[in-house]
Amino acid sequence: MSQKPLLNISNLQAQIGDKSILKGLNLSVKPGEVHAIMGPNGSGKSTLASVLAGREDYEVTGGEVLFDGQDLLEMSPEDRARAGVFLAFQYPVEIPGVSNANFLKTAVNEVRKSKGLEPLDSKDFLALMKEKMKLVEMDRQMTSRSVNEGFSGGEKKRNEIFQMAMLEPKLAILDETDSGLDIDALRIVAGGVNALRDGNRSFLVITHYQRLLDYIVPDFVHVLYKGRIVRSGTKELALELEEKGYDWIKDEVEA
Amino acid sequence: MNTTDNIITGFDNFELKSDALSDIRSKAIDSFIKNGFPTTRHEEWKYTSVKDIAEKLSLTTKRASAGSLKESAVNELMFAGKDVTLLVFENGLFQESLSSPLPNDYIIKNLASVLNDAAVKQYLGKIAQSENESFVALNTAFVNDGVFIHVPAKKVVDKPVHILYVNSGSEPAITRNLVIAEPESSIQLFESYHSLDETCEGLSTNVTEVVVKRNGNVTWVKAQLENELTSQISFTQVEQEQDSRFSSTVFTTGGHLVRNNLHIRLNGTNSNAHMYGLYLLSGEQLCDNHTLVDHAMPHCESNELYKGVLGGKSTGVFNGKIFVRQDAQKTNAYQSNKNILLSDDAQMNTKPQLEIFADDVKCSHGTTTGQLDDEALFYLRARGIGEQSARTLLNIAFAADVLNHIELETLKHNLQSIAEEKLMHS
Repeated sequence: MSQKPLLNISNLQAQIGDKSILKGLNLSVKPGEVHAIMGPNGSGKSTLASVLAGREDYEVTGGEVLFDGQDLLEMSPEDRARAGVFLAFQYPVEIPGVSNANFLKTAVNEVRKSKGLEPLDSKDFLALMKEKMKLVEMDRQMTSRSVNEGFSGGEKKRNEIFQMAMLEPKLAILDETDSGLDIDALRIVAGGVNALRDGNRSFLVITHYQRLLDYIVPDFVHVLYKGRIVRSGTKELALELEEKGYDWIKDEVEA
Repeated sequence: MNTTDNIITGFDNFELKSDALSDIRSKAIDSFIKNGFPTTRHEEWKYTSVKDIAEKLSLTTKRASAGSLKESAVNELMFAGKDVTLLVFENGLFQESLSSPLPNDYIIKNLASVLNDAAVKQYLGKIAQSENESFVALNTAFVNDGVFIHVPAKKVVDKPVHILYVNSGSEPAITRNLVIAEPESSIQLFESYHSLDETCEGLSTNVTEVVVKRNGNVTWVKAQLENELTSQISFTQVEQEQDSRFSSTVFTTGGHLVRNNLHIRLNGTNSNAHMYGLYLLSGEQLCDNHTLVDHAMPHCESNELYKGVLGGKSTGVFNGKIFVRQDAQKTNAYQSNKNILLSDDAQMNTKPQLEIFADDVKCSHGTTTGQLDDEALFYLRARGIGEQSARTLLNIAFAADVLNHIELETLKHNLQSIAEEKLMHS
């Protein structure tokens, strides 16, 4: 295959405080591919998402991440977002006083500005919002409320996918987007994600459970354990994990 | 000669000394002589030195003058919109030609024109007392003008009142407001302070006395928008009777040194008071808010929220006292003071003081002073919003819930814009 990867992670090592979490992680994602990252609690899944988005609590101590040919680790969080990296947060932050609409308009226009595009005026912005809201069955009221304030768990996750739809990233990282969702909310969120699969956009779906992957079917499944990817396969690997749990992988790795 | 001696000499030569207020003026100057100017050794003035202000006040023996303020400048300052009853003052002197025609269905006049009014005689200087407050004493002794409002019983005043004070020179503007809302009446007031330009080193002292009688409703918004060379000392005393409501919002973006005392006495059952404050400071500004709620009667509620965003080398002070007297059972009293410091050199001194002598009450207070929420900042940046814009957006959001309580839509939007403008450059 001659296509160049959109995201290329080699030997990534990261720590928080003195605690080493990622210990030489390798992963390559091509445009349009959906990769699921699974693994037991504490294996480093959320750390990977945070490091890719640029959260400053983590210190990268080694390795390299190339995104679209650029050194991602050298970029500020906002520059990563402008370049097309989107993190759907595991715990979306409540921001009282900032309306969803105002927040998104600022974000969309900053991203546009970085691409040399004119800002959207209010009319075009509203039209875009209206179109994207349908994807995750958001109602108008949610956009006029403060960002995530008083939202249920499901509403927060739908809002993440709505933001993704608005910002149209090249790479979307879903950090345990299924956590805390009932089956109906899960179906809506997954439906939104699937609608955004267009053959070019890549996804990194981080999850503890196979359940989400019934709805968002991955091209590849990787198992992260103790800061490394210890096994890679196709969607059948996820089913195997669902059936057998993680212990057999732990045993194999420790052996 | 020290500053106090200068004040005494100034008073002896003061041209209004023998007007209809002569009795209360001379009593007030006696109180002032007894106490002198407060220093930072006084607990209530610990963080706020009035040395420069004392100098300035003591060197001024003549009345302020006016004449620089033009209609075009006034038009730029109509933050509550044009559909208001407008009273304009320049350096504390009433500017009739710049003001709107005053209505006749309730009393609203410049104070100097109604010194013989029975209600003025009854209340002026009786609500805000001079005995222990040197600046009230000085204001009473030297008052030039201000606004007198007397709303008769059952009168609901629809049109908001805008009292516009502009400093155009360096002479102190010494103003006084007296507002009496008779039973079941209602009025909305907006008071704003401005400088004519960026270079005038003005000084205002204002005392406001408010009486809200049974089931009366007074809302008050004060905006302190002067340049950063102008200082202001203000003292507001509110007396509330049974079933009355009073709401105050104090918004401060301007001023070199600003000191506000807001004292509310809940003197009748089932009355309630709301006190909101927002101060956005930069450079070397100082804003000192002292509030006092005196719960004297049962079944009353007070609710206080003051917030500040402090940048540069600015200083904020919040001192909030709540007294709940022995008779004031079933009191609800809430107080909150929250601050964000934008720089290492900014400082906030906050002190809540609750003194509760009744046993069946609900009271709470809380203060926080910190930096912006890192998690929220990261969230915004992760959506492509630059760090500076993200900080501004969060600061605006932090400030918004204070101004959101303002009922007059035009005023709310204009003050929000002023807040946003200030935060964008902090």
